[in-house]
Amino acid sequence: MQTRIKKLYAKIGLPHIIIVAFFLFLLTAAAPLGLSVRSLMGDTLRRWAMYGILVLAMVPAIQSGIGPNFGICLGIVGGLLGATVSIELGLANPWIAIIVAMLIGASIASILGILYGSLLNRVKGSEMTVSTYVGFSIIAFMNIMWLSLPFSSGTLIWPLAGMGMRNNISLAGSFGHVFNNWLSYYLLGDKTTGIFIPTGLILVFLAACLAMWLFLRSKTGIAMSAAGENPHFARAAGINVHKMRIIGTAVSTALGAIGIIVYAQSYGFLQLYNAPLMMGFHSVAAILIGGASTKKATISNVIVGAFLFQGILAVALPVVNKVLPESNLPDVIRIIISNGIILFALSKAKGGAANA
Amino acid sequence: MKTQFLLNMKDISKEYFGNRVLKNVTLQVKPGEIHALVGENGAGKSTLMNILFGMPVIGGTGGFEGEVEINGEPVTIDAPHKAIDFGIGMVHQEFMLIPGFTVTENIKVGRETSRPSLLSQILSKELETLDLEQMAADARKALNEIGLNIEEYVLVAGLPVGYKQFVEIAREIDKTGIKLLVFDEPTAVLTESEAERLLKIMKLIAQKDIAIIFITHRLGEVMRYADSVSVLRDGELIMRTAVKDTSMVKIAELMIGRKAQKYVDSVPGRLESEEIALSLQDFHVDMPGEMVRGIDLDIRQGEIFGIGGLSGQGKLGIANGIMGLYSSQGKVSVFGRELDLGKLGAALANGIAFVSEDRRGVGLLLDQSIEHNLVFSAIHIQEEFLINLKLLKLYHRSKARKHAQKMIKLLDIRCTGPAQKLGSLSGGNQQKVCLARALTLNPKILIVSEPTRGIDIGAKKLVLEYLLNLNSQQGMTIIIISSELVELRSLCHRIAIIADGKVARIMEPDAPDAEFGLAMSGN
Repeated sequence: MQTRIKKLYAKIGLPHIIIVAFFLFLLTAAAPLGLSVRSLMGDTLRRWAMYGILVLAMVPAIQSGIGPNFGICLGIVGGLLGATVSIELGLANPWIAIIVAMLIGASIASILGILYGSLLNRVKGSEMTVSTYVGFSIIAFMNIMWLSLPFSSGTLIWPLAGMGMRNNISLAGSFGHVFNNWLSYYLLGDKTTGIFIPTGLILVFLAACLAMWLFLRSKTGIAMSAAGENPHFARAAGINVHKMRIIGTAVSTALGAIGIIVYAQSYGFLQLYNAPLMMGFHSVAAILIGGASTKKATISNVIVGAFLFQGILAVALPVVNKVLPESNLPDVIRIIISNGIILFALSKAKGGAANA
Repeated sequence: MKTQFLLNMKDISKEYFGNRVLKNVTLQVKPGEIHALVGENGAGKSTLMNILFGMPVIGGTGGFEGEVEINGEPVTIDAPHKAIDFGIGMVHQEFMLIPGFTVTENIKVGRETSRPSLLSQILSKELETLDLEQMAADARKALNEIGLNIEEYVLVAGLPVGYKQFVEIAREIDKTGIKLLVFDEPTAVLTESEAERLLKIMKLIAQKDIAIIFITHRLGEVMRYADSVSVLRDGELIMRTAVKDTSMVKIAELMIGRKAQKYVDSVPGRLESEEIALSLQDFHVDMPGEMVRGIDLDIRQGEIFGIGGLSGQGKLGIANGIMGLYSSQGKVSVFGRELDLGKLGAALANGIAFVSEDRRGVGLLLDQSIEHNLVFSAIHIQEEFLINLKLLKLYHRSKARKHAQKMIKLLDIRCTGPAQKLGSLSGGNQQKVCLARALTLNPKILIVSEPTRGIDIGAKKLVLEYLLNLNSQQGMTIIIISSELVELRSLCHRIAIIADGKVARIMEPDAPDAEFGLAMSGN
């Protein structure tokens, strides 16, 4: 019995036990502070599914050997472009609007991903650093583009200036909440007291996970994982390691595009400019919390990691708000938690140089 | 008691994890003597030197038995700095020099001459000023002693390889009280004229009553420059004699030695086919440390062809070049069809399977299951073990598992089941998995590189016998590349010995020992 407990402990690991304990602690602390635990649970569930695909985007990158994709902003920007084009077209049917947005977004992101992948092939060993700066650079570049691209739809541009895109674009007239509301219902109560279950959103997330799971078991997926785990081995089996890394990067980037659209429809707004700057970090933190390393990641790492990371954020903010009202501490805490988790996970990982 | 020997290592025995690598070896060197130490790879030369220098690897694996005496006094050398204190120096095969430092700085590093300065008097001795003039003068003197005409202030980075070796020698003789110098295959990386020069310098050093241990496999050099020679084989001292009392053929014969044990009980069957399975023409491979410099070989169908030679001579480069893992030039034909050498996987597609010498680095996915490792190549080369859904080809788990179970039984892979991760298997069982993966491809030609490196004797026998069976029952053409000559001689129809990136000779397995020895040392 004792050895089994020890084995289980070794498998889960101290960091995860601390994180789960922290999450449970926050939940139990919420009720005495007068917060509705049910609404917190609903929030956790919604955030889990809306961030999920962005976390899932880390899997092909890690498996193909480039490590956690801090440059996921590249895909996010592609997705935002897809979404803005879809709005500009003024598609009335929200389903068509979101599918068009995803198709355009994923195509742009794939092309960017291929270029980005070729870049990463040239900087083997320092992918994590390079990808971080690629992410930052593309956001800065797009800050210029958002101001100067010739969009004309009223929902997109600043009404007074007549040009340049807004910071926050409402999706109410387009595909806002289209997945969230599909088959949604309230668990254990009505609209004011129950837990909101965004069935469609969760289904979309799980479908994406299933697709990734199948991809990893396909011929290409197996080759890609081998190229990531042991490039020499893959070469000896006649696999083009560079090509596999590009595929991994492109799939990751395209998923980033789809991920941000799913995120935006749930949030109800499209956030441009600097909003996606730190999203890469959140995705990396989530998958690392889920038990992935910088060299190996599975679908279960994504599901567990996204839940814990978003759960802690969803619950911690209102709790801290209650304890220390009228301060901007919640935001500070959020930054400390997310960056602390990344720091912790990376200090445990062996670093990108190992897969050179 | 005063003896004539400067260094006397008596009855040295050493065990690595139950494997005896040195058995009662005695090594004696007189002052001013050049003593050659020869033997095949794995004969125990490096271990003996590691003991002499008190390398941590010796102490960390349980120490050694026997005694070391210097000038007749028993000494304990349990750390490299102690060896230096006793006046023992080493000239390394791979240069231990700092490229960005000048010649002087390299000669003097760690032993700088210094003058007191204001700061050093207040703070610590560490802060004394360097006496650059004195250091340069010392370096000059050391360089002059070995007759090297280079400026002591140039950077080491730009020097030709041969000169670097001389700088290293200068550093050793600049050490005060140096009594014994070890040269570890000093001529291996040098051109002929550089080697000549180095050997002359060795003589010069010996004249100053410094003893020299000269490790080499070039028997010609031994005959011309050494005074005496010790031959090691399988961890045993076979002979110690003055060079003038022996001959090159004799040394070569003793180095190889017909070993009593045979690894397999059966012998290869007769070769019937005359068809050429694999043909190499003017084949060059650019593999660092194992360069192949122009090889012509014809290997017949159904043959077990051995490729031997000392390490670093290029035998490993041949296989890696054929498989496309290192860039190569020349012509490779498989059953008459020429391979596109620039295309990765061309050899695999043409029915050549390869078991790499670097099992853990190239051969296996250590973090994945036996099943995955076994079917991996077949998935990618032949699209086996896949369910074809038109758009997507998915992994056929049940088929792969069945195959894995079959192979586990066939090759007697000791494991808990097909799902066990490779990293937790023993070396011998890992090797069986490598072999099983190659066989999963149903190859026409199987290239096995160092099939028995790092595996125990039982597994060794099993692997070799299995190879022999594959050949005799299925008629598979097998190329075995091995550092162990015994292995090749008990298995192969023909053996090519590679020296200096070229085929030195192709021999029958029952050719005399001396011929193998001479071929290996490039004569």
